Amino acid sequence: MNWKTNSRTARTATCRSCRPFGPHGVRHPAKTLLGTCLPYSLLLPVLLLFSCEREERPLVVQPPLAQDASLPQISDLVPGPKHNKGPSVANPDENNSWMMAEGKRFYEAYNCVGCHAHGGGGMGPALMDEKWIYGYEPQQVYATIVEGRPNGMPSFRGKISNDQLWEIVAYVRSLSGLANQWAANARDDHIKGGSPPNSIPEGTPHNSSEPQPR
Amino acid sequence: MLNLPRCCLCIGCAATAVAGLAFGQPAAPAEDGQWTMPAKNFENTRYSGLDQIKITNAKNLRVAWTFSTGVTRGQEAAPIVVGDTMYIVTSYPNILYALDLKKNGATKWKFEPEPAAAAQGVACCDVVNRGCFFDKGKVFFNTLDDNVCAVDANTGKLLWKTKVGEINRGETMTMAPLVVHDKVLVGNAGGEFGVRGWLTAVDANSGKIAWRAYSTGPDTDCLIDSEFKPFYESDRGKDLGVKSWPPDRWQIGGGTVWGWISYDAEQNLMFYGTANPGSWNPELRPGDNKWTCGVFARNPDTGQARWFYQLNPHDEFDHDGVNENMVVDLQVDGRPRKTLLSAQRNGYVYVFDRTTGEVLSATPFVRITASKGVDLKTGRIITNPEKKPQMGKVIRDVAPASPGAKDWQPCAWSPRTHLLYIPHQNLAMDYEAVEASYIEGTPYLGVNVKMYADGGGKRGEYCAWDPVQKKKVWAIAEDFPVWSGTLATAGDVTFYGTMDGWFKAVNAKTGEVLWEFKTGSGIIGQPTTFLGPDGKQYVAILSGVGGWAGAVVSGDLDVRDPTAALGFANAMKDLPQHTTKGGTLYVFGLP
Repeated sequence: MNWKTNSRTARTATCRSCRPFGPHGVRHPAKTLLGTCLPYSLLLPVLLLFSCEREERPLVVQPPLAQDASLPQISDLVPGPKHNKGPSVANPDENNSWMMAEGKRFYEAYNCVGCHAHGGGGMGPALMDEKWIYGYEPQQVYATIVEGRPNGMPSFRGKISNDQLWEIVAYVRSLSGLANQWAANARDDHIKGGSPPNSIPEGTPHNSSEPQPR
Repeated sequence: MLNLPRCCLCIGCAATAVAGLAFGQPAAPAEDGQWTMPAKNFENTRYSGLDQIKITNAKNLRVAWTFSTGVTRGQEAAPIVVGDTMYIVTSYPNILYALDLKKNGATKWKFEPEPAAAAQGVACCDVVNRGCFFDKGKVFFNTLDDNVCAVDANTGKLLWKTKVGEINRGETMTMAPLVVHDKVLVGNAGGEFGVRGWLTAVDANSGKIAWRAYSTGPDTDCLIDSEFKPFYESDRGKDLGVKSWPPDRWQIGGGTVWGWISYDAEQNLMFYGTANPGSWNPELRPGDNKWTCGVFARNPDTGQARWFYQLNPHDEFDHDGVNENMVVDLQVDGRPRKTLLSAQRNGYVYVFDRTTGEVLSATPFVRITASKGVDLKTGRIITNPEKKPQMGKVIRDVAPASPGAKDWQPCAWSPRTHLLYIPHQNLAMDYEAVEASYIEGTPYLGVNVKMYADGGGKRGEYCAWDPVQKKKVWAIAEDFPVWSGTLATAGDVTFYGTMDGWFKAVNAKTGEVLWEFKTGSGIIGQPTTFLGPDGKQYVAILSGVGGWAGAVVSGDLDVRDPTAALGFANAMKDLPQHTTKGGTLYVFGLP
């Protein structure tokens, strides 16, 4: 059942037998007014009592995702009492060297590197700094990769397997020192020659706006 | 309307034009004090016949008025002037403004094409736009999300809008159109995404696509037929756009057309360059990779190719061939020749015979290690085997770096001094070829790049080049790459801007800086000059750092990663200390 349609129509009960008085009746007002309307109007109370079919109205109408408490929270603002912040999801891959190395390999293979470089950014924003447009928590980074974001981040939903995704998330967070530094990469084999992820001090990550507010 | 002073001035300019003819220049229309296309004229010389601002009084220049575009990504566009109106198109979201010159730039109207925000994610080198084009009451420009727009120049109403590309393939549009015979000529960008390059003609009145010439693939797709007569043997043969690639690779082969188009009315030929092949890693695409990294001459009415010259067969370093090709006549070996003049990314100033595509000379204007010269017999560049990219190996000291000796930033040519004014950069790089996976709509590169100042010296230069003597006449060293365009005038003054925000007037003969002004942000735009409604000469420039070179500022990149911005960030680490984002038009005049 389409939840949208249902919620819209649920407000009005539809009386099917009343239709002759609707659009059809108006077409020939002179002819039909007395001859047709009078007998019908006598029957009206009876019809209303017995023949109106009420449409089925579920009391709770919602899309399947609306109750999903595990959805990441992207905004710093929470209206009302502050106890409803979504749970923080720990990513076990961030404690595992091999998985983060795999994350780096997938980061390059899926061409993340083409836009975000090795953390410094380019077509996409930098990932090694403290500024995060759509959140730095593991589940927020995960959601950004899966869902995409409106100003140019593609949606990789259905393109990357779940275990690979969490490995990429671990590597991405390691770039700014957010992953377990005992497990983070100790060297970079490519051209870079800067500090490896396990030597990048963990900063104070915070949410930031797009490079150009729109 | 103040027609009188303009007409008076036109007589002076006509005299200049006649003097030009005496030197064998193609007959340019008399100076009308306007600047109706980014390159000023079809020949792409960026030369204005105006001479009120001259060597003696340029020091008196001062700000006449300014205009904030409200957009702070890199501003590469030229402010064009038609009658009493100036038109500027901003970087994404590509707002087109009409400014009233009679009211110090008050907004007449603005047109917002509202391009898809997602297009920003597939624009390789900042979300720039290189300008709009005026023809017969319409203003034409491209949007980042691949739409060509025609707007009524008087009312700002959209006349038509035609989608010619697809961002989900990685295509964007940043170039300025050129309109010839009611054909709006436009090309795509996206060479970093393995797109297939093309040039398309859109009918100026209906907005319908008239023809499309691809840069790769079978001859029928490339509009190559019996009329195609390339000068060199290596460009002759059937379907070279297929055969010079591994099987099917031409479909993701690049050769985009995001640079400049010039036009020679006498031959009815247009000239434009094609960009790098995809991927950047050359080991993945053995062969000459035609028709990428070269110059096409085509008939603008039909798109039919006349000749082609490949600047970099099997390009190794992203040395696109899209730079402007100026239609100027030069004395070559004592003989007047119909030539095409071009300072290319691979570091050579080329002089072509524009009727045949023959290379008359190719002279280095920077230090070059990537190649060892151009064989004038075969036309082929002699690549340096020591610098050949190999998978997993870091090649050091490749010069020029990927943005080349000169990138998109257009030169100017003065028929008075016979000098080519070249704004450019001096960068070298380390280059490592790695694996590349093609995923439609994502970058297709396969290299790690790290650029730096060539020889540890200055990163930029503004120089005057004599293409006949094949030598540099004078040069101004700049700390940062000179990423702005330039122009030359009959007053023998040239103008350019720097990435730390200085706008400079230069003595065209000696290279002496006559005047400079610090604008609000770094300059990467194209200066233009025009006669105001008061009959006085003005100079206009957009200030707003960005582009590939300035992405470290406009994109808030982290310069601790030397590979950021495809390796450009390493060479621009200190730029954030010298400039901030901006997007303001400056107009200068004499008191």
